[in-house]
Amino acid sequence: MKITLNGVEREIAESRLEQALRELGYCDGPIATAVNGQFVPKKQRLEIALNEGDRIEVVAPMQGG
Amino acid sequence: MLVYDTTLTSRLLLGTSRYPSPAVLMEAVKSSGTDVVTVSLRRESSGERSGQGFFSIIRSLGVRVLPNTAGCHSVKEAVTTAHMAREVFDTRWIKLEVIGDRTTLQPDVFGLVEAAKILCEDGFQVFPYTTEDLVVADRLLDAGCRVLMPWGAPIGSGQGLNNVVGLRAMRARFPEVPLIVDAGIGVPSHAARALELGMDGVLINTAVARAGDPVGMARAFADAVKAGRAAFVAQPMLPSDVAIPSTPELGLAHLV
Repeated sequence: MKITLNGVEREIAESRLEQALRELGYCDGPIATAVNGQFVPKKQRLEIALNEGDRIEVVAPMQGG
Repeated sequence: MLVYDTTLTSRLLLGTSRYPSPAVLMEAVKSSGTDVVTVSLRRESSGERSGQGFFSIIRSLGVRVLPNTAGCHSVKEAVTTAHMAREVFDTRWIKLEVIGDRTTLQPDVFGLVEAAKILCEDGFQVFPYTTEDLVVADRLLDAGCRVLMPWGAPIGSGQGLNNVVGLRAMRARFPEVPLIVDAGIGVPSHAARALELGMDGVLINTAVARAGDPVGMARAFADAVKAGRAAFVAQPMLPSDVAIPSTPELGLAHLV
């Protein structure tokens, strides 16, 4: 299934967000996620089913002013 | 300074961006004596874990974090970013930025009020980056904000306080609301001026991070903020349009 991860098209096998994140190389860490512009809380990642063409955003702490 | 339910010992808040290195950032934070640093959220590459490294540094400093929504140009982006920040940083605090102009980075005050209302109703403690407009300030307070962050000048410009009259009017209109000047301060005298006007605090980033010696500049800002506050408390004299001799004229010898 083709999805877009942080603006880059990727091919994944997993269809649940939690598993897809692991497939894409994200281990446990301070990250937050959104699918198609909607925030997905950590506890809901197991329940969220991904669809072809979904846009996944993964963000983490960064310097800021 | 009391912000929401938290007492801060320092009136200087510090941004964490644009430092020459993480080590300099850490030393600058310590040197500033700040209780609060601002942080952001950005895309994380898988496997890189740069965010985790940065967050570890911040946590080791033992200061509070104030996440921002920098770069957001719409209410939806800002609200979504705030939710992500609440989860990652485990805080209800959010420095709400809804940018309206790409050149001046001026806040979109209409979107700001709308986003503030949504977030306050959702339990966030919102620190809105706003202008000195009194009507907007009123709307933000109505929305539930208990702190206001008026700009001094465009973000990163270092111009100082571009509208002293406006800031003074804001202080007079909202005597009980913590006012923290958020942007545009370039040198410690600008920060001292803000505190002399009765602002409760300042948030500094670029002026420290891009100084030749960020650690020394952080210390200079800390001193300036303390001096400015002490001056405000001591009630500065009123300026006059004409000269008033400080030495008494009575008793002056007649030597003509």
